[in-house]
Amino acid sequence: MKVGVIVFPGSNCDRDALHAARLAGAEAELVWHERIETGGADALILPGGFAHGDYLRAGAIARFSPIMGAVREHAARGGLTLGICNGFQVLTEAGLLPGALRRNTTLRFEHRWVRLSVERRDTAFTHAVPVGALLRMPIAHGEGCYWLPEADIDALEAAGQIVFRYGPPEGNPNGSLRDIAGVINERGNVCGLMPHPERASEALLGSDDGMLLMRSLVESIARVEAAA
Amino acid sequence: MTGFRFAVDVMPRDGILDPQGKAVEAALPQLGAESVHGVRVGRRIELTVEATDAQAARGVVEKLAADFLANPLVERWEIEAR
Repeated sequence: MKVGVIVFPGSNCDRDALHAARLAGAEAELVWHERIETGGADALILPGGFAHGDYLRAGAIARFSPIMGAVREHAARGGLTLGICNGFQVLTEAGLLPGALRRNTTLRFEHRWVRLSVERRDTAFTHAVPVGALLRMPIAHGEGCYWLPEADIDALEAAGQIVFRYGPPEGNPNGSLRDIAGVINERGNVCGLMPHPERASEALLGSDDGMLLMRSLVESIARVEAAA
Repeated sequence: MTGFRFAVDVMPRDGILDPQGKAVEAALPQLGAESVHGVRVGRRIELTVEATDAQAARGVVEKLAADFLANPLVERWEIEAR
């Protein structure tokens, strides 16, 4: 049961993600972006940060990092892939998740605690979340405003691909359409969200709600292994 | 092979909120420029392509613009030979 955390130049939540994955019971290791294989990882996390300085657009250059070929192959095989914050931006730029993350409509870098409603509890990333729970996690981003053309967002909604929305009392921090905080691909193995579950992995940090997602992920890998 | 110089102007698509343009516009009254509106902020990328002719060079830039320099979902672009 191994989780690989991809490290781009400018990633800065890689060690937090590593810690949270280990806390959830997985073996975990960092995978440098210049590698062309993931070292036998069963699941991948693309962590937060500012990959390649976020130049051009957040995630635009990271998409062409050598490791991304292996990330695509992993995702195409059905391998679980979680993008957090900048990692979510990379996955949308790479076309592995729908939509685009644009500059916050508040015109500010938003760094604060938010609450997430979990719209789907039957995914590999959310099955450990109790019914009706609002998860408390921090955000820290300048480009987190989720955008898709209206028709596409209706389709996304109908397909049940909206997994996380910003909820009360803090509400939507960045102008995302329909309060979207995270989405999943059609197949259900690639998920991305702007809030940081790994920064809410222990009560000492102010919340351990993020562990519900990390534990879901790790348990999902174990289930696949048990079935094999 | 000859070097062909291009500029690619990338702009947020019409109808898509441009917070950067909005921020610039919000500062205009301080400058006494109340008559100015409709500010949109984009980026300009200049580059040189080595190719056998101008048409081949433009082809390279067109692909680059659509695949990398702009995000077609939210941005439009114009290519200018220089």
